[in-house]
Amino acid sequence: MAPVALPSSAVSLRDAVALSGRFPLLAGIDLEVAVGETVLVEGPNGAGKTSLLRVCAGLVPLASGHLSVLGLDPSRNRTVVRRRVGLLSHASHLYDDLTVRENVRFAVRAAGGDVSRIDPACERWDLVGRLAKTSAGKLSAGQRRRVALAVLTARWPELWLLDEPHAGLDASARTLLDRAVLEAAAVGVTVIIASHESGPVEDLASRAVTVTGGRVTAERSLHGVGGGSTQPALGTDVQIADVHVGHVKEARVAHVA
Amino acid sequence: MTSDLTAAPVIHPPAVSASNTGVTPPPVQSTRSKTTERVIGVLALVGTAATVWLGLWVTPPDEHQGDLVRLVYIHPGVAWVALYLAFGLAAVSSLLYLWPRTRSLFWDRLAAAAVEVGVVFNVCTLVSGSIWGKPTWGVWWAWDARLTLTAVLLVLFLGYLALRRIPAEPEVRARRSAFVALFAAIDVPLVHFSVNWWNTLHQGATVLNPGLTLKIHGSMAWTLLLGFVALTLVFVWMLLVRYRVGVLEDWLDANELDLALAERQSEGGGPFGGPADDRVGAA
Amino acid sequence: MWRDAALIAGKDLRIEGRSRVALSQVAPFGIVALVLFAFALGPDRQVMAKGAPGLFWVAVLFCTVLAIQRSVSVESSDGASDGLRLSGIDPAGLYLGKAVAVAAQLIVLEALLAAGVVLLYGARIAVPWMIVVSCVLGTIGLAATGTLYGALSSGLRVRETLLPFLLLPIAVPVLLAGTRIWQAAMAGGTPSSGMAWLRLLLVFDVVYLAAGVVLFGPIQETA
Repeated sequence: MAPVALPSSAVSLRDAVALSGRFPLLAGIDLEVAVGETVLVEGPNGAGKTSLLRVCAGLVPLASGHLSVLGLDPSRNRTVVRRRVGLLSHASHLYDDLTVRENVRFAVRAAGGDVSRIDPACERWDLVGRLAKTSAGKLSAGQRRRVALAVLTARWPELWLLDEPHAGLDASARTLLDRAVLEAAAVGVTVIIASHESGPVEDLASRAVTVTGGRVTAERSLHGVGGGSTQPALGTDVQIADVHVGHVKEARVAHVA
Repeated sequence: MTSDLTAAPVIHPPAVSASNTGVTPPPVQSTRSKTTERVIGVLALVGTAATVWLGLWVTPPDEHQGDLVRLVYIHPGVAWVALYLAFGLAAVSSLLYLWPRTRSLFWDRLAAAAVEVGVVFNVCTLVSGSIWGKPTWGVWWAWDARLTLTAVLLVLFLGYLALRRIPAEPEVRARRSAFVALFAAIDVPLVHFSVNWWNTLHQGATVLNPGLTLKIHGSMAWTLLLGFVALTLVFVWMLLVRYRVGVLEDWLDANELDLALAERQSEGGGPFGGPADDRVGAA
Repeated sequence: MWRDAALIAGKDLRIEGRSRVALSQVAPFGIVALVLFAFALGPDRQVMAKGAPGLFWVAVLFCTVLAIQRSVSVESSDGASDGLRLSGIDPAGLYLGKAVAVAAQLIVLEALLAAGVVLLYGARIAVPWMIVVSCVLGTIGLAATGTLYGALSSGLRVRETLLPFLLLPIAVPVLLAGTRIWQAAMAGGTPSSGMAWLRLLLVFDVVYLAAGVVLFGPIQETA
């Protein structure tokens, strides 16, 4: 596959202010995320983590400041940016009257994704059999999360914005999620995770920024995998040969042409 | 008008605030605009008084309609303002607001002011039309094409105002209202045609549009003209005042934002690693 | 754009097929409205037959408001409207898709209400094709404007009361045109006057569909 010119940074925010009515969600935030990096965004409730992700997804416009996502301005190139970005938010954007499979199918098709990836994605998250035919209104919170994750992995965008992704998931689903994040990071997907938990989630990221009061107030580096810089070109299939979540020593990656 | 608001209480110490402006002073009305407003106000008052005097005392009653004709000095005037001037201004301003190159809250505030004042004139149109109608048609209301259109326009105006009352940031509210105004503007010609056809197919109240079937000459013509001019001036004056009030309202809202910004940032405790107050303010 | 429209329309109609709101709630409401009109106008069938066209269209307008409310509220479950925005779907396609879905539901409702009017009020229709054409054109107009206003008022807490207030004055031309065409259709004879009204409906439809296709994107971003 011909190499695509990658933007220099996946997300670039400078002195960004975003409002909700009169309330400043982000009050002058600075953040640079390189392509392929995995960044953890920490902070107390109400600090602006969710708003940060929503701004990067192009849902909330900036009142002032500068924002570029994958080298583009989200307010100008809305459709392009949104199709290359995937947001996993608190809500799962499901239609209660449609079945799980119909929801995934609709969401992937609406985002212009590859329809053939739907079935593997559903299998990956164990949304098969009777569960696939259940109306979304009857699902538990964890199951809804898994549906949203299935949509995300089926779409496989370049930038993943995960808002409290572990919330509501049981242990096995958490493992699946971590594995998916590592797999994505290994192929050069940029991942930003917002979480107020500490612990295993730190092993996924290369650094953590702390957001309080709508601004970045601290930063530290972590030992996770996603480091950015030398990554295989997007589009090559990759298989993760061996990953230990929780004690990540190395991720051995095998390129499949 | 320039109260010393730079000394207004800034609640948080400046070191914490990234927007170092604190509370901005209220917008000051320039002397030129103040004079303009006063002059127009005086002219409007004088014009209206003159119209009333001429209309009620000086001009003769009509041969057919008697004293009822005196309403013709008012009714077409308010109708013209409500139906064309106010509405047209609101529609054009909304369009200019939506157009990216001319986007500015000025147009939004102008449109809102025009609609509000337009409502007043609209009601006057309906009332004066109604008063004229009672002796003429025998009923307080008849489904005259023009009156019906005015009534529909009133409802459209009120819908616009209802939408504006919903709290939102100025830009969001402006866009929403502008769209509604635009759709209403598209609708008005359609309503106009449909109501006209509807009425003409209807046997019954064949309408006499005041001013169209009367023979107006001499002092009556001048008074009619004066009425138009005076009422237009009244509209302009009310528009200017209402616009100014709108500016002040928005200033009040914006100031709340600065305070909110400062409070929000202070949530994090100390500033992040250095002179945060060197940064240019966000708002 | 057309592909997205088909996707959205399909989704909305499938949801309707599952939940059957239009069929089980809106349609009975329309029938109840017709019955209430009958009570209001008294048992004289002559009066009711004369008023049938207008009453039909008023009932249709009420049903339109309900259908639009339903179309909007489908998207408010679980933040689905955010999901649509995030997917980068073409706003014009989204608009057309939702309008088509609403129009489809309205056509079915109108067929039901027309049958009701003929049965309950004894209205006699001499020129049926005019009825059909006027219903189709009127429906398109109502769906087009309704979807627009639904989007403008979506997410607002006062949507239930604001939407009818905003929408119904805009729909006045459709009401007038539809009523007049029905009357012409009932009276029989040359439908020349009816043609002018049909042209008006066509203009109305074209204008608002064009406005929606062009402006739905910006409207979405303001919600």
